[in-house]
Amino acid sequence: MTADWPHASPAILAAFLASLVEFIEAMTIVLAVGAVRGWRGAIGGASLALVLLAVLTALLGPVLIAIPLGWVHLVLGTLLILFGLRWLRKAILRAAGVIPLHDETAAYQRQTRALQTAGGVLGGWDRLAVATSFKITLIEGIEVVFIVVAVGTSGRGLIGPAVLGAVAALLVVIALGAAFHKPVSMVPENSLKFIVGVLLSAFGTFWFGEGMGWQWPGADWSLLGLNGIYVTAALVAVLLCRQEKKAR
Amino acid sequence: MMGGLRKIWNEFWGLFIDDPRFAGAILAWLVLAGAGLPRLGMPKGLLPVLLVIGLLGILVDSVMRRARQPRS
Repeated sequence: MTADWPHASPAILAAFLASLVEFIEAMTIVLAVGAVRGWRGAIGGASLALVLLAVLTALLGPVLIAIPLGWVHLVLGTLLILFGLRWLRKAILRAAGVIPLHDETAAYQRQTRALQTAGGVLGGWDRLAVATSFKITLIEGIEVVFIVVAVGTSGRGLIGPAVLGAVAALLVVIALGAAFHKPVSMVPENSLKFIVGVLLSAFGTFWFGEGMGWQWPGADWSLLGLNGIYVTAALVAVLLCRQEKKAR
Repeated sequence: MMGGLRKIWNEFWGLFIDDPRFAGAILAWLVLAGAGLPRLGMPKGLLPVLLVIGLLGILVDSVMRRARQPRS
């Protein structure tokens, strides 16, 4: 099965942007580990986690593809709505100044301080470096796996485009990390989360309806309409929250 | 090891449930929209529209509630 354009383009974009956000957060900690404890343990731990995540994706994808599509749409649609609206809610609150923005530089400094106060290495692999790098890559990567699997298996032949988006994001983040050796704080993380929240909420809503056997107006093209509706509503919500915050 | 696994498990659930009230409202609306509204004899073409309106209402209500709270 090949993917059609209305599904494939948001799938690639959602997987790419969501993965970019998650890999940037992981890269911040891996860079702190590398700078303080050495690159061998930092890269070793991150690589180990990436292998585990790839295996997880390879195992989950075929399992979900074997389940009848109606059920997959319903379950993954529900999960994508929960996941997407959660991101969108947080992005709205951050954009409105209700909660603080995520600060990669501060996270890097916190992690650097914590690693500096830990004990030294006696020889061989630095276990703390490997464990810290492994854990953060796995934790952030689980979100990537969920998005790739959910977006990839709910649609028609979308697993390829979703994996492509995630791998492209990984390569971009690795290139940025290797080039600058410092946290990628110039990326507008909240704007990315805002866009991903919109895309995943739209996907989830569309697939929930499909799973219920409902007919969307405009069929597959309604997915683009849903994106427009969610963007508009979220921008209005930001304005309303700013007003509410001022009046508080 | 167990602490690490627990953190990963918590992280997994945290993907979907951040604010329990918000997640609960979404799930309740999905159940109502999926199982309740069709039984009320609503035209089938109206159901997706109602689904979206309900989800947007929950989102806007949740962020407005949070904006009204003092900063924590």
